[in-house]
Amino acid sequence: MTDTPVLEARGVVKIFGQHRALDTVDFAAMPGEVHALLGENGAGKSTLIKILTGAYQPDAGELLLDGQPITLRDPLHGQGYGIGTVYQEVNLLPNRSVAENLFLGRQPTRFGLVRRHEIEARARQLMAGYGLDIDVRAELSEFSVAVQQIVAIARAVELSGKVLVLDEPTASLDRTEVQRLFGVIRGLKAKGLAIIFITHFLDQVFDLADRVTILRNGKKVATQPLSALNTTDVVRMMLGKDVAFEHHPSSLSSGARGAVRVQFQNIGRKGMAPFDLAVHEGEVVGVAGLLGSGRTEVARLMFGVDASEGGTFEVDGMPVTIRNPAQAVAAGFGFCPEDRKLDGIFGDLSVRENIIIALQAKLGWFKALNRDDQIELAGRYAEALDIRAANHDMPVRLLSGGNQQKVILARWLAIDPTFLILDEPTRGIDVGAHAEIVRTINRLREEGLALFVISSEIDEVVAYSNRIVVMRDREMVAELTGDAIATDAIVQAIAGTPQEVRA
Amino acid sequence: MTRSLRPLMATTLIFLFAYMLAVLQHPGMLSTRVLGNFLTDNAFLGIASVGMTFVILSGGIDLSVGAVIGFTTVLVAALIMWMNLHPLLAFAIAMIVAAGFGAIMGAAIHYLKVPSFIVTLAGMFLARGGASVLSPDSIGIQHEFYSTISKSYILLPGGGRLTVVGLVMLAVFALAILLAHRTRFGSNVYALGGSETSAALMGVPVARTTITIYALSSALAGLAGIVFSLYTSAGYSLNALGVELDAIAAVVIGGTLLTGGYGFIAGTFIGVMLQGLVQTYIVFDGTLSSWWTKIVVGVLLFMFIVLQRLVFRAGSRRP
Repeated sequence: MTDTPVLEARGVVKIFGQHRALDTVDFAAMPGEVHALLGENGAGKSTLIKILTGAYQPDAGELLLDGQPITLRDPLHGQGYGIGTVYQEVNLLPNRSVAENLFLGRQPTRFGLVRRHEIEARARQLMAGYGLDIDVRAELSEFSVAVQQIVAIARAVELSGKVLVLDEPTASLDRTEVQRLFGVIRGLKAKGLAIIFITHFLDQVFDLADRVTILRNGKKVATQPLSALNTTDVVRMMLGKDVAFEHHPSSLSSGARGAVRVQFQNIGRKGMAPFDLAVHEGEVVGVAGLLGSGRTEVARLMFGVDASEGGTFEVDGMPVTIRNPAQAVAAGFGFCPEDRKLDGIFGDLSVRENIIIALQAKLGWFKALNRDDQIELAGRYAEALDIRAANHDMPVRLLSGGNQQKVILARWLAIDPTFLILDEPTRGIDVGAHAEIVRTINRLREEGLALFVISSEIDEVVAYSNRIVVMRDREMVAELTGDAIATDAIVQAIAGTPQEVRA
Repeated sequence: MTRSLRPLMATTLIFLFAYMLAVLQHPGMLSTRVLGNFLTDNAFLGIASVGMTFVILSGGIDLSVGAVIGFTTVLVAALIMWMNLHPLLAFAIAMIVAAGFGAIMGAAIHYLKVPSFIVTLAGMFLARGGASVLSPDSIGIQHEFYSTISKSYILLPGGGRLTVVGLVMLAVFALAILLAHRTRFGSNVYALGGSETSAALMGVPVARTTITIYALSSALAGLAGIVFSLYTSAGYSLNALGVELDAIAAVVIGGTLLTGGYGFIAGTFIGVMLQGLVQTYIVFDGTLSSWWTKIVVGVLLFMFIVLQRLVFRAGSRRP
């Protein structure tokens, strides 16, 4: 390693609306290193990457390449400067040959005609350099994702050759494919490239990376060599340890638990270990785990978004079938999904319409709620949850994140649910509204609802859960109750300490 | 074998098989005379289908083709008969007008982000309406050049005639095959059809390519209109009604995926010939209504769409 970073970001700020996605972040990639970038969803990883590759322009701060300030217009421009990117979903052409994908846009020609044999020969040579002996004339889509990733890397390195950004390249690879890819990356590192590696698999970070930069809530937590860290340290830095919320074990775990409202037995599917779980009346089961640990998958299985392969569901002791969300709603389930804007709200519909939509769906086509009932319902829940909207006929997309979240909550409360699933209910919500959502969850629990709440913020989970399920590698690995609920214990369980060494 | 070759192979086999059956019933169909007429009678459809192939390969559609053909026949006739221009000059003007029209449609599709379906639908109404405004009635073309062209042909062994318009179509196909498979422009067209986002990230000039594709399609429709006017010696605003749909059918039957990215120019040639074969068979048979052509084309289209689904679903499972 030399002392000058190849690519450096100094004091980079990016603001979306009123939200600071990145707040004066410094980042430097050295030649010949693999630099891991870690952070939960919303930590600012992808924003930083987009700034480094030229997809976004920073609102403040500067980018330096080999010590010289640069301004990038778009990723193509960045590529011209030597910054290549490989995305999780391969951004190549599935319908064209490997050779064509490697040389598109820079094919050697003679009299305007592409010299196909030369391209194929050079492509074969190039692929051989990556240890791949494949038919370069075959369509890209005929190869596995791992091979496609290597082709994408080869193209990026050919075109740029200074910095290689790998954005979750291993997300859809199996273990041997990951090793193959890592072999390729180590080879490039030995050639002196700076490699920025984004993933949410901690074991892969320890396996491959030299240094790590951890982001949380748009701020840089630390940049450190991995040799000085263990998994627990990294998890702690990623999830943070603010003391904004306190757990009150006495108030939560004392007294007899209510009756079992919903029971899941042996629910699972390919890539997700089967789980058993019973949620009681007036109980909040919190879920802790890193991104990709299977938290959202559990919620999707519970709500029938993904049908379970085997297993049984019971509501109040009666078996029910849940193979799609409509059946889940019929069973009295509600689900506030992680991506509120995409999967939750109907942005152009009014607050009132968003609140009554689940109830209307449950009633069916022929029992339309009349307008007075709609207004009454919307008004009642808006008041109960303190939804702040100028009026209930304005489109939901104009509300703040916290109010949108409450509209979705109101939607489910309107069907008088037995069981509510909340996936990251406080994501992207400002601090004040944050505390309010937490209070709402506590109140719903006190009113006797059974809740299942997923959150990446440990302190928050601790604040409202009677019980905490810890997930790792798509499996429920620990369950904490009563006095055992403590931030440290959860961090340990997530990290899987004593630290496991896996390939 | 690449899986995108499979529909092309299927089309070729079906054509050969159908031709064999037809010959067994009417031995007269196996002659250079019939083959020569195939080329002549379908020249305008073939040329227009080449342009359509590029458009569909890039993931778009061009509904203005038939109207541009009609407009061009009227424009050429008007330039020759009213303005007394030499036909070759009239052809050049018509081709430039058509190409410019296509370029404007391409620019609208790219810059305004309007689906090609809508833009070319508007183009269709504009061209058809424009042709009727120029002349609502048919304009007969009397010019020495026209009679010379329609009288010249290459005599094939067996008495068949390879006419000028037939030759023009063959030349267009040959050039188009080079353009599609051996040039950077061709690669860019396939790239757009594969994934526009990826193509843009890989440095394909999306705007330029899109505009060129639609300019090319309209220019070829213009050429098809010229060929049509040579074939009928007249310009009429209602010429070539619905030809865009025949062209789309020829492209799809020729093995090009309607969603873009996969296909061959050569396949389109066979697709056009297959439609010609059905028409010729009906003429030879004498008892069938000519509407049977439409029914056969409909059945073939349906077959090929199902076939492509199967091929591409099976193909995606390879490791």
